[in-house]
Amino acid sequence: MSNNQADYMIEFAKVNKWYGHFHVLRDIDLQVRRGERIVICGPSGSGKSTLIRCINRLESHQKGKLTVDNLELSDDVKVLHEVRRKVGMVFQQFNLFPHLTVLENLTLAPIQVNKLSKVEAEERAMEQLQRVQIAEQAYKYPLQLSGGQQQRVAIARTLCLTPQVLLFDEPTSALDPEMIKEVLDVMTELAEQGITMLCVTHEMGFAKSVADRVIFMDQGQIVEENNPHDFFNRPRNERTQAFLAKILTH
Amino acid sequence: MVTWLRANLFNNVFNSAITVLLGTLLLYVLSQVWGWGISHAVWVADAEQCNTARGAGACWGVVAEKYRIIIFGRYPFEAQWRPLLATLLLMALLLASCVRLFWKPWLAALWVGVLVVFFILMHGGVLGLATVTTDQWGGLPLTILLASLSVVGAFPLAVLLALGRMSDLPVIRSLCTVYVELIRGVPLISVLFMASFLFPLFMPVGTSIDVLLRVLVAMILFAGAYLAEVIRGGLQAIPRGQYEAAASLGLTYWQMQGKIILPQALATVVPGIMNNFISTFKDTSLVTIVSLYELTGSLDLAVNSDPDWLPYKLEGYLFIAAIYFVFCFSLSRYSQWVERQVSRGKVH
Repeated sequence: MSNNQADYMIEFAKVNKWYGHFHVLRDIDLQVRRGERIVICGPSGSGKSTLIRCINRLESHQKGKLTVDNLELSDDVKVLHEVRRKVGMVFQQFNLFPHLTVLENLTLAPIQVNKLSKVEAEERAMEQLQRVQIAEQAYKYPLQLSGGQQQRVAIARTLCLTPQVLLFDEPTSALDPEMIKEVLDVMTELAEQGITMLCVTHEMGFAKSVADRVIFMDQGQIVEENNPHDFFNRPRNERTQAFLAKILTH
Repeated sequence: MVTWLRANLFNNVFNSAITVLLGTLLLYVLSQVWGWGISHAVWVADAEQCNTARGAGACWGVVAEKYRIIIFGRYPFEAQWRPLLATLLLMALLLASCVRLFWKPWLAALWVGVLVVFFILMHGGVLGLATVTTDQWGGLPLTILLASLSVVGAFPLAVLLALGRMSDLPVIRSLCTVYVELIRGVPLISVLFMASFLFPLFMPVGTSIDVLLRVLVAMILFAGAYLAEVIRGGLQAIPRGQYEAAASLGLTYWQMQGKIILPQALATVVPGIMNNFISTFKDTSLVTIVSLYELTGSLDLAVNSDPDWLPYKLEGYLFIAAIYFVFCFSLSRYSQWVERQVSRGKVH
């Protein structure tokens, strides 16, 4: 195995997916280096969420090859579990477990999946809660928190499993405007730690300041990818230009 | 109080007239019930007194005279301390099982222990206790035994069936669907008949399975199918995001179901589950038709053979209705408590 190959954390090779007759991902080719921070944008229905959801196989692809840390995703459940241990995900709707306290939300997977002791899991959970500045809410239930707080808890929850890759699926889209910043701040802090990040978002300010690469998707294809500076200042494809014109002037 | 009355019952002529009419009717009915059930009633086990009071007052004497048979059925009279003790034990266990504090692994062990003691007490044959075969068991002990074991057995079956019907695996899904639809498509009585009369025909000659066991299994299979649909309703109420979050954290299917999905799904359908438990409890009265004399059957047993007391069977029915009511009402109060417990952490 060449050094170059091992450097890729995630590799899509001609990945295709259909929902019935709807071709949602078309011949996706994408290589993500370790520690790379990628922002994916595009109009709704362009397949950007589906793309990142294929990485931890919340959606399965039907054609092509998709590897995460050199593990090829397939129906093999063992491989899948290994991949999911490496890949954390943050959702638009937070998806915290409402019947568990914040602390229990954080310790559940470390105890069940990583077989940590309760004490150890709670210690680690409190560290992560401090990191997202919400430690004082540990014994509340998720629905007692604001949206921004819930999303920070959700980020802390995936961090408790020390993932190598973090997927963000429109993490700020369900938030009230005044709460977006507190979540973006946490994400920016994480980006500086060198964790591999793929982030579907319309927060172009975040993309400009944090991303190594911005990807634009439309109709199931990667239309354009570039570093943020060139992406925003010199978009090549006209669909990208039209999209940026809409999103940056609104 | 007066303002409320005026605003709600006497706010115009028409409503006042209706209030007076219905009020009179209510008073009349209540006074009749009082007269028949209390003031003119005979409270002692004296058939002659009952005969004189007939038509005017109830004969509660029938209960005083026959309660041992109503409660314990055909169980040998002198050994009835055994079902009494066994039932008290089982009821104590059921009560303990309702307390959240006791929801620990040892409770399951306690269940096994109490059931063993229950069977030793009821069946005997060891420790110097005379053997009493299951066809002689009856009355309240049988009702409580059937009801609690049906519920305890049906619950895990129902959870598995509900999960099966929601499964991604086509074979499991269709098996569970066929099972539920088949069982729901026939009345409990026919399932009991099959368990009691048809099933033995298919058994190899010389082997036999105790009728109580067969009926119990039939009730579990029946109640399980209904309960499965209630639980499936709860499963469907869980947003997809919960599954996705659990999966993305690397939980296995059973970890996800056990820790995330089922706790929430069951909590949403507590009223439906309790509804099912209550109806299972009352369904036990149907086993009479396959010659198991539970509470309803033992009332027949107590009164039908005795012409002196036969005219007062209604009073007997009211007596066992009161017993059923106490149990069912307790269950529904408990259900409300459970609902309050599981709504912790929910802000709306």
